[in-house]
Amino acid sequence: MDFKIYVDESKCLYCGGCAGVCPVDAMLLDEVRIVINEACIGCKLCIKFCPVGALSMEGEND
Amino acid sequence: MIDVLIVGAGPAGSVMAKEMASRGFETLVVEKRQEIGAPKRCAEGVSGHGFEKLGIKPHPLSIARKIKGAILYAPSGKAVTMEGHGMEGFVLERKVFEKDLASQAIKAGAKYMVKSLAIGMEKHGNAWRVRVRTIEGIKEIEAKLVIGADGVESKVGKWAGLKTVNRITDYHSGIQFEMAGVNASYDYIHLFFGREVAPLGYAWIFPKAFSANVGLGILEKAAKMRAYDYLKKFIEEHEEIFKNAQPIEINAGGVPVAHFTKMVADGVMLVGDAAQLVNPIHGGGITRAIHSSIMAAEVAEKALKSGDLSKEKLQEYEKMWEAEYGEKTKKLMKLRSFLEKLEDKDFELLADILQGEDIYQLTQAKLSVLIKKLITKPSLLGLAKKYLMD
Repeated sequence: MDFKIYVDESKCLYCGGCAGVCPVDAMLLDEVRIVINEACIGCKLCIKFCPVGALSMEGEND
Repeated sequence: MIDVLIVGAGPAGSVMAKEMASRGFETLVVEKRQEIGAPKRCAEGVSGHGFEKLGIKPHPLSIARKIKGAILYAPSGKAVTMEGHGMEGFVLERKVFEKDLASQAIKAGAKYMVKSLAIGMEKHGNAWRVRVRTIEGIKEIEAKLVIGADGVESKVGKWAGLKTVNRITDYHSGIQFEMAGVNASYDYIHLFFGREVAPLGYAWIFPKAFSANVGLGILEKAAKMRAYDYLKKFIEEHEEIFKNAQPIEINAGGVPVAHFTKMVADGVMLVGDAAQLVNPIHGGGITRAIHSSIMAAEVAEKALKSGDLSKEKLQEYEKMWEAEYGEKTKKLMKLRSFLEKLEDKDFELLADILQGEDIYQLTQAKLSVLIKKLITKPSLLGLAKKYLMD
């Protein structure tokens, strides 16, 4: 993978909404932690959804 | 092997647990969070009428505030009040409400595990073997029937091969502060509309005992910034309401305002948000979640007794849902697609012609009210076209 979704822990509210739009089931709300696995295809739907802007693609300033 | 394993202890999960345990089935609920009911992902409002229909009487401690109705605000601030018969409701304290529902299920004989995350499941013969990560290590639980009450991020549905992914076009991005010191009437919920307020959604103030839930939901396709930024702007622009208000909690969440129809697989049923069962107009999900569990339990009982837990057998639940909500949801989706076309000036026109009672009828999917009003004046012809052209 040459990309990586990054979770800004200072912003994340652990609502799990991002996992609800992930088309490849790569995201898990593990109580107070968002876990992203290698199935991620970098579609950025989770970034578009996030109400607080806690998600970004590594190397980008989304 | 147990009869029913329920993943998720929200309202859908706990009502399912109560329904199944009280019918004598061995029922276990696993909840990934360390506390049932928290953190909430919800504005906590429910209609009194909706609860009455389902025979649900929330415990007095679960009710943070009884409300008389709703006040709707067009972008200019013009207000329309909805009150009277059928429009009363409650703002719940979900931390209490959900623990009450769990307590009722436990009284009926259900077992519960908290801080217990379901991490996968496989079919073994006629049973599902579910792996659960608990505080005491990984446990494997065999169940005849697995209920996915695991919310918008449902894994159970995906493990069973159902397409439970929310489409971003039908999935509101929600954000909320619970605030103390909010200066608004605590007898009503307040809803604010406008492209600049909350694109393709609305902002709300839901009063509680000492505080109020202040939030909004937006659709990403029409948004220019984050939901959080819209909420900050909303609070700044209503100084009269929020001058002395401070946050005591922050919440977020996705609201699945779609119409999902595949809710079962072999030995698996989805209830509540996991099946995207939310009112597509206002985004409320508690009543539908509870109703889905009541229906699912009826079908599950027959299936467990007959020993046939096939998809075909469980599909009766989908049919029941469709019979009760299918037509209504379709109409509300049509209403939503109309509302999505509205510009701010259209909201002003609607605020002029619609009374509170009309809006109530609309939320009940009685759409003829709208077209009758729209054809009364030539100036509304543009709006009528927007409604009719789909």
